[in-house]
Amino acid sequence: MLLALGPLLYYWSREDTLDFYGQAANWPVDSVYLGETVCSRRHLLRLPDWLELAGKLADAGKQVVLSSQTLIESESDLKALRKLVSWAGAEAGRSHRFLVEANEWGAVRLLAEAGLPFVAGPTLNVYNPDTLALLAEMGAVRWVPPVEMPRTMLGPMAVPAGMETEVFAWGRLPLAFSARCFTARHYNLQKDDCQFRCLDHPDGLVLRSREGEDFLAINGIQTQSAKVMQLAHRLDELHHAGVTGLRLSPQSRHMARVVAIHRALLDGHLAPADSPASLAACRAAPSCDGYWSGQAGMASSLSA
Amino acid sequence: MNPDTPLLELICPAGSLPALKTAVDQGADGVYLGLKDNTNARNFAGLNFDEKSLKEGIRYAQGKRRKVLMALNTYPQPDTLPRWHRAVDTAASLGVDAVILADPGLMAYARKTHPELRLHLSVQGSATSYEAINFYRERFGIQRAVLPRVLSLAQVENVVANTPVEIELFGFGGLCVMVEGRCLLSSYACGDSPNTFGACSPGHAVRWDQTPQGMETRLNGVLIDRYADDEKAGYPTLCKGRFEVQGETYYALEEPTSLNSLEMLPDMARLGIAAIKIEGRQRSPAYVAQVTRVWRAAIDAVKAHPDTFRPNPAWMAELAKVSEGSMNTLGAYYRPWK
Repeated sequence: MLLALGPLLYYWSREDTLDFYGQAANWPVDSVYLGETVCSRRHLLRLPDWLELAGKLADAGKQVVLSSQTLIESESDLKALRKLVSWAGAEAGRSHRFLVEANEWGAVRLLAEAGLPFVAGPTLNVYNPDTLALLAEMGAVRWVPPVEMPRTMLGPMAVPAGMETEVFAWGRLPLAFSARCFTARHYNLQKDDCQFRCLDHPDGLVLRSREGEDFLAINGIQTQSAKVMQLAHRLDELHHAGVTGLRLSPQSRHMARVVAIHRALLDGHLAPADSPASLAACRAAPSCDGYWSGQAGMASSLSA
Repeated sequence: MNPDTPLLELICPAGSLPALKTAVDQGADGVYLGLKDNTNARNFAGLNFDEKSLKEGIRYAQGKRRKVLMALNTYPQPDTLPRWHRAVDTAASLGVDAVILADPGLMAYARKTHPELRLHLSVQGSATSYEAINFYRERFGIQRAVLPRVLSLAQVENVVANTPVEIELFGFGGLCVMVEGRCLLSSYACGDSPNTFGACSPGHAVRWDQTPQGMETRLNGVLIDRYADDEKAGYPTLCKGRFEVQGETYYALEEPTSLNSLEMLPDMARLGIAAIKIEGRQRSPAYVAQVTRVWRAAIDAVKAHPDTFRPNPAWMAELAKVSEGSMNTLGAYYRPWK
């Protein structure tokens, strides 16, 4: 089973972002996803910056995947997407170290047209073997099921030969995307003049019910779970369902420890049943794992 | 643009046979409907069609030269895929005018098994760019795409300019603030997802409680809203609740409001929008009658006099009566909404 550091879903300062990936180069992960998947206004790192990071992480022995934007609205979004694909095409001539993660079907089209292998991201909505087979035929070498997919759906999925299955196993769950920016809305700002308030919320902005229950987290145009998805304790079930990789979603604190604990788990140095105790100190919020067992996503089989 | 492309067809919701007949009688150019199960995104108890009512609906609508579009716009799953295939077969054999699909695997099946069947891309397919739409066109020959309610009018114009696929836009009704097909809030809170179960904030998870603090609405136990005595309580659609963020309680995601883009009809005509979709298969035949009547009149007016078209205040008042929370918005069509 491989370990992947998922794309950074939040907007951090340039310094914090570069520092984070500087550390990640030394973490025991197999793949690192880079790039902005949430909002085209986030510009502290531009494509050349991400590409430079990609080179450094590849030199450090990581398999690097550049993730594409999930919600494409404008022609400039498409331009950025085409640039990403053409860079991947140029790199493919030199080496095969880089993949692109397609997070909507326009990216799939462009990548297939360019004949490039790709990762089929979690927002492509792959719920059945026919769609997965189509993606394989178009060049997908790895897929990430929708984060809501339970093990009883993943288990019977016929996965094409050679296709890797990576599951979202740690972090606040990306649940929804909108044209509207909820962070800007919170500050009574227009999206086009958002003053980049996401920078103040490195792990999102918690949205509570009026009874004080942490429910969701606002991250610009993305809505996340307030709770932290955690699947380490279900490692045996993950194996059994054919999962070949775990995605750990970046958070602003304790990420090195999150990675180390999952590494120990995969290497057999930590029993799955002991992982919740180790991971408890790494969470900014309670955990959840309901999706995996086919319940409400916010449900948890763990206490606290 | 192809000269045969329709302009501003009025596509109305048919959650039942009476609603279908009402829509046709009030001037809909087409109706859309679904079967009584999770193969469509309005899987609510008491709604939708079985084979018998479907046959009658098709006979009634097509007898008056109107179209019947069948939504099969949820995502089939490994165990139940054959049911979605059968639904496509049923649609083809009964002669619907098109099926509205979201899943590429299901489109491949429809294309291969029923090459003559017209395919529309559902809003649940989340295609917001012409690159995505052209993907479905190349691979499966889709002839129309329904755009998610996230693009501004200028962005819609750019899509139209770069694809031969007919574009259908939402005109009126309940407003998804999230990109359709990319929203898991309902399954996060109650386990049932629009993508696989075909419903958002489903009735079985809803609870209404009159308490000393006011009427409380809950979804699987989560407090979605609480209403003072002078406020009208609304259905707890979870993106339209009042929540607390950094000490402030407000409609953090979206107000309980309806989309109404009627005043944009001249722009939509100018862009060559093929069809306008009215939301609301879960609503009553009375709603369908009212909304269809107003939009029929408005579309006829804009086609007759595109340059001088003004929304008739009586139309707007009529629509406001059936809007959620009696509020209307232009949604994402109007950029500052974002």
